[in-house]
Amino acid sequence: MEERESNQAIRPPTASKNILQWLKENLFNTWYNTLLTFLAAGFLYVVLTGILTWAFTEANWGVIPANLQIFLVGAYPRAEIWRIWVVIYTLSVLAGLSAGIWGGLALRLALVIGSLGGGIGIIVAFFPIVPWNRLGLLAGVVLLIGSLFWSRRSKGLRPWVLGGWLLSFPWTMIWLHGFGGLATVFTSSWGGLLLTLILAAVGIVVSFPLGVLLALGRRSSLPTIKWASTAYIETVRGVPLVTILFMAQIMVPIFLPDFRIDKILRAMLGITLFSAAYMAENVRGGLQAIPRGQYEAAHALGLNYPLMMLLIILPQALRSVIPAIVGQFISLFKDTSLVAVIGLLDLLGIAKTVIANPDWLGLQAEVYLFAAVVYFVFSYSMSYISQKIEEALGVA
Amino acid sequence: MKNRLPENVSEKIPFWRDIRVLRVLFQVIFLIGVVLLAGILYTNMLRGLRGLGLTLNLDFLNDEAGFGISEGIAYDPSDTYLKAFWVGVVNTVKVSIIGIACATILGLVVGIARLSSNWLVRNIAAIYIECFRNIPLLLQILFWYTTVILQLPSVRTSFTFFGSVFINQRGIYLPSPQPTSGMKIWLGCLAGGLIVAAILYLVRLRKLQQLEQPGFPAKWALPAFLLVALLGWFLTPGKPFTLELPALRGFNFGGGIHLSPEFSALLIGLVMYTGAFIAEVVRSGIQSVVRGQWEAARAIGLNEFQTLRLIVLPQAFRVIAPPLTSQYLNLTKNSSLAVAIGFPDLFNIGNTMMNQTGQSIPIFAMIMMSYLCISLTTSAYMNWYNRRINRIG
Repeated sequence: MEERESNQAIRPPTASKNILQWLKENLFNTWYNTLLTFLAAGFLYVVLTGILTWAFTEANWGVIPANLQIFLVGAYPRAEIWRIWVVIYTLSVLAGLSAGIWGGLALRLALVIGSLGGGIGIIVAFFPIVPWNRLGLLAGVVLLIGSLFWSRRSKGLRPWVLGGWLLSFPWTMIWLHGFGGLATVFTSSWGGLLLTLILAAVGIVVSFPLGVLLALGRRSSLPTIKWASTAYIETVRGVPLVTILFMAQIMVPIFLPDFRIDKILRAMLGITLFSAAYMAENVRGGLQAIPRGQYEAAHALGLNYPLMMLLIILPQALRSVIPAIVGQFISLFKDTSLVAVIGLLDLLGIAKTVIANPDWLGLQAEVYLFAAVVYFVFSYSMSYISQKIEEALGVA
Repeated sequence: MKNRLPENVSEKIPFWRDIRVLRVLFQVIFLIGVVLLAGILYTNMLRGLRGLGLTLNLDFLNDEAGFGISEGIAYDPSDTYLKAFWVGVVNTVKVSIIGIACATILGLVVGIARLSSNWLVRNIAAIYIECFRNIPLLLQILFWYTTVILQLPSVRTSFTFFGSVFINQRGIYLPSPQPTSGMKIWLGCLAGGLIVAAILYLVRLRKLQQLEQPGFPAKWALPAFLLVALLGWFLTPGKPFTLELPALRGFNFGGGIHLSPEFSALLIGLVMYTGAFIAEVVRSGIQSVVRGQWEAARAIGLNEFQTLRLIVLPQAFRVIAPPLTSQYLNLTKNSSLAVAIGFPDLFNIGNTMMNQTGQSIPIFAMIMMSYLCISLTTSAYMNWYNRRINRIG
């Protein structure tokens, strides 16, 4: 008994520190730390006063609210914007339902998304900078929370919600494009943040099956398939995305002259082919982590190759690569800005057109900073989410 | 036991269930599919090219390029397309090598600052990393170019540092060292100093090994080399080189080293972006060395510097090297964003060539081959380095 007690960790004494002690320990504990503190404080002072003076006295922020709509949705017709709201609400309800049914990780993700949406929603509601739908985002948050509480622990909904997630991507595409009685909005008028998000989503969703096939091909025992997959993956990973985007723009009309494929679809094609090679390497990492015994056990059960992969190997491998795929999504989200180089009007492309507008000449800094903040908020919150996923899956 | 086996085992397996046949068959089908697809694309391409009145060959490379290139090695618009392309390759390699060197230094400093015991330094490093990692590189490059470099003062009112560094909207002007007649003698002194230093290094290394003591093997060699270098500097008649200062000549600066606005913006963007990633790589590498290693090193009597140099860094570098390689490759590939601000790198010049000749297919092949060659060289070097640090100890 005594030994057991001595093994128990004893918490270190929590000394109550006052501010002066904290300062001494964290900023002035040695002579060189004191020097560093003064240097860093001086640097911070110069940078912050410079930025704040500029932001509050010189900057003309009027350019942002005046162009907010095209920043967010590009040339998407004003009369059809309610369709984008429908998509946001559908996704909110799906996220709320998943959080309610599964709890745990899904719940935490929903809370992150909800608080982000709520925060932006409150800003939008109190500062009348948006000409339309000031309460729109808050309504989305309410829908999310409502569906969360409505569906708590109702397991019967599980297959419906899973099916909803699977259908949500193609449905969003068709819905935004328009069908039947809805007015058709051609992809050429999609733009802004909407286009950025769609390009990133297409890049991940469509490249996923391709990437899995390429990863399996690279680990195949059939030499031709192995070499073809390896050659594809290494070639694509060795060249910059800009090259592939330009190539998709120029080569597709040469190689497929019989099809009329518009600019955005060609960009999607380029992003997907590029993303598939990186996806394949992520999936391969997961496949390599599966012990041989799993393959042998599957063979011993008499499963053939497709069944073995589908039922035994891939479910385990894909689970362990979810964080890597989220990481790839974040970098793809940033990389979609390269479509601005080939003249598409994504968030960065819109920023460039606003700067070129004679009404807003000389406001590059304001416009680029706004775009940077939007990219930062999305990218940073996604990396926060991916940390949470890693913790929850225990694969960090 | 054998007699108990069912009779039909000895029968031949039907070929459609024989794995050996299936393997071959599957590959043949795959190959036929690939060839068919390539064939369709090839005939389409020929048809498309005929429509444009082009033929597929590389003869155009010997034609006169006829377009100017703003910077790079010696080139004239009357040179061939091949030469123009080569200027682009050299520019890409130049910006990549300088960028890699600067980003490594920045990343190393910030990565170590991230682990500092100083609260302010630690958090400034963290804010820098998070800001620059989460904003697209293209946006950063455009920002540096349009809102910082192009907004600098004009040539006549440029920022001046120590009378030798000038920064204005036409770029950055640095002093350049110009060798004089004494340069050869001084270089000879440096070579002699290097030999002396190498001998001293080996002698001290041997001695340390005999004494079985930890120590810094370059302790004698480094001062010896510096001494010889300094002696040579003063003994050489005249100075071995003089600094050529940039000076205002007419409407522009002349002399010295000139970094164009495009080059500066691209370099700053690449370095700040990649530096943030390298800082994270360095931080996780140092943190991957368990605390016990520090404590054990201190317990056997190594001081803090020896602990870092002999125990922690060799282990951290093994973790750092592979992700560092991919950051270097990323920087090289990202230098293609030069096309957005008009720096004449290999992709930008290839693009101009495509617009002029219409020969997009061979030029794309050349661009991709160049990037693959650069990437493969970088990763081959880093793999060699990785093997070397993994072999030691």
